[in-house]
Amino acid sequence: MANMLANIFGSSPVMPLEKHIDIAYRCAKKLRPFFNAAVAGDWDAAEAARGEIEELEHEADNLKKEIRLHLPKSLFMPVPREDLLELLLVQDKIANRTRDVSGLVLGRRMQIPEQISAAFLEFVDRNIDAAKQARKSVRELDELFTAGFRGAEVELVAGLIEELDSIETDTDDKQAALRAALFAIEKTLDPIDAMFTYKVIELTGEIADMSERVGRRLELLLSH
Amino acid sequence: MEASIVYITLAALFGIFMAWGIGANDVANAMATSVGSKALTIRQAIVVAAIFEFLGAVLAGGEVTGTIRKGIVDADLLSGSPELLIYGMLASLLAAGTWLLVASQKGWPVSTTHSIVGAIVGFAAVGIGIDAVQWGKVGTIVMSWVVSPLTAGFIAFLIYLTVQRLILSHEDPLAQAKRYVPVYMFLAGFTITLVTILKGLKHVGLDLSLQDAYILAIAIALGIALVGAYFIQKIKPDPKAEKAQHFYTVERVFGVLMIVTACGMAFAHGSNDVANAIGPLAAVITVAQSGVVGAQSALPTWVLMLGGGGIVIGLATFGRHVIATVGKKITHLTPSRGFAAELAAATTIVIASGTGIPISTTHTLVGAVLGVGLARGIEAIDLRVVGRIFVSWVVTIPAGASLAILFFFIFRAVLP
Repeated sequence: MANMLANIFGSSPVMPLEKHIDIAYRCAKKLRPFFNAAVAGDWDAAEAARGEIEELEHEADNLKKEIRLHLPKSLFMPVPREDLLELLLVQDKIANRTRDVSGLVLGRRMQIPEQISAAFLEFVDRNIDAAKQARKSVRELDELFTAGFRGAEVELVAGLIEELDSIETDTDDKQAALRAALFAIEKTLDPIDAMFTYKVIELTGEIADMSERVGRRLELLLSH
Repeated sequence: MEASIVYITLAALFGIFMAWGIGANDVANAMATSVGSKALTIRQAIVVAAIFEFLGAVLAGGEVTGTIRKGIVDADLLSGSPELLIYGMLASLLAAGTWLLVASQKGWPVSTTHSIVGAIVGFAAVGIGIDAVQWGKVGTIVMSWVVSPLTAGFIAFLIYLTVQRLILSHEDPLAQAKRYVPVYMFLAGFTITLVTILKGLKHVGLDLSLQDAYILAIAIALGIALVGAYFIQKIKPDPKAEKAQHFYTVERVFGVLMIVTACGMAFAHGSNDVANAIGPLAAVITVAQSGVVGAQSALPTWVLMLGGGGIVIGLATFGRHVIATVGKKITHLTPSRGFAAELAAATTIVIASGTGIPISTTHTLVGAVLGVGLARGIEAIDLRVVGRIFVSWVVTIPAGASLAILFFFIFRAVLP
């Protein structure tokens, strides 16, 4: 028996969105063991980490499709449906970039040059921090809905996003420094390896970029 | 005299059937909001409904019963053939009860009021004649069906806005909730008692002056608020279930408020919808006993008991499943939203009861829920479902009418 009165309440996207960012973050976090193994040249361990990344990315993807499926145009929500879908999309990109960069590194068995490997691992960590802060911000979504996107809760989230922005700026600085360090030694490297190392740095940095965009999307919701 | 016993027995049976349907469909929907938000367990909801439905019916149900009993059919036209009114009322009860049964099976939140009014208008217009219907009164009733969900929606919108402004968007929502929730309790208690005293109590033989009415309403509302405040003070934040804003505990505070509004809802429902079952029954009894149409007589107590009892049985048998299904699905309707919807709906209904207008509890509640949604209180409302609900409401009137016409002709052919 399908009770209509009960079905007035469409399935809310809020908790699924929070779950999705959690998966995306856990996926990004796997870059730490992955790059630790890659830098150490332990490709078995790297492959294992890559397997977990793929699994989580897949999980995020499925949840993304599920959320979209349950978000028909006929839903009446306190915030525009499009904004929530955009938020979902950038959340998903955190997992996508994680998959891309780990795939590239594993596929080419890429060795991060020793001179920059410590700075690179630090850079990876900072990107993961950005994803973590994005998760912390999105996790306030249910409270935002409860508070009706108003008052103290909005300020709390605005503060979280500000913090996210400063982490992202930090990753930008680190990225610039890393590129400069790579530039200084690029002549000593195989040209193709050097090119792809630039690419790896760029892709990794996009995790923080996407995290920041999660913050931007959330901010758009706040202004409603 | 033989025939009158048959009529009264049949009317009592159909009345129980109708009351059972009301309990299974309407009351279940009304109480599910409280169960869904975990303010009450199913068992508690049934107890609350049993007590307050009954109180509502006895204390404030007189006006609406009067309307259903003699406000829709022009009794003067029937003075020559009182048995036609009996057949018609029997047919209406059976028709509305049957339609409710079908609707409950299908999960349609149809209105018991729409079914019974549709049924009575149907048998009167077709079985007796177009002129037998008091179209002016029916017009008012139909208008109220449009107005009541809108009113409830508007009130719910306003109430929820104050909740957002005063409590939810505040830096310390828990402290604010503890301060303001007793005020909402007072308001709930005050409006419902005041309307009941002013409009309903004269049917039980109590006639208070305006001043006494206000004093009594304030006293009762204060009592409710104080008891509520006592329980609210005992609620302590649970650090494990919390984030910074304490919304989890805030909702528990609203949960106490929702027990009050659930009682109000059951009371309001009793004051308006019990009449749907006992109004026609009372009409049959009066005519069968006196043999004339339009005789003045008080409502026998056993009729009320029958209506109240039927509702409780319907709720306890079939309604608990409805409560469980609806309750499980509407967990988005947290107490801070649920109370706003319930308070708005209960107030609207009690006012309508006071004026003797039979409105639909379900519609009013849906209107109130949409009002909370418009105030950005609900995460997602499926407008397609809302559309389908509107269709089921509209279908109810011709469905009730056609069934009543069918039964009317059967009864006229079969009964003595």
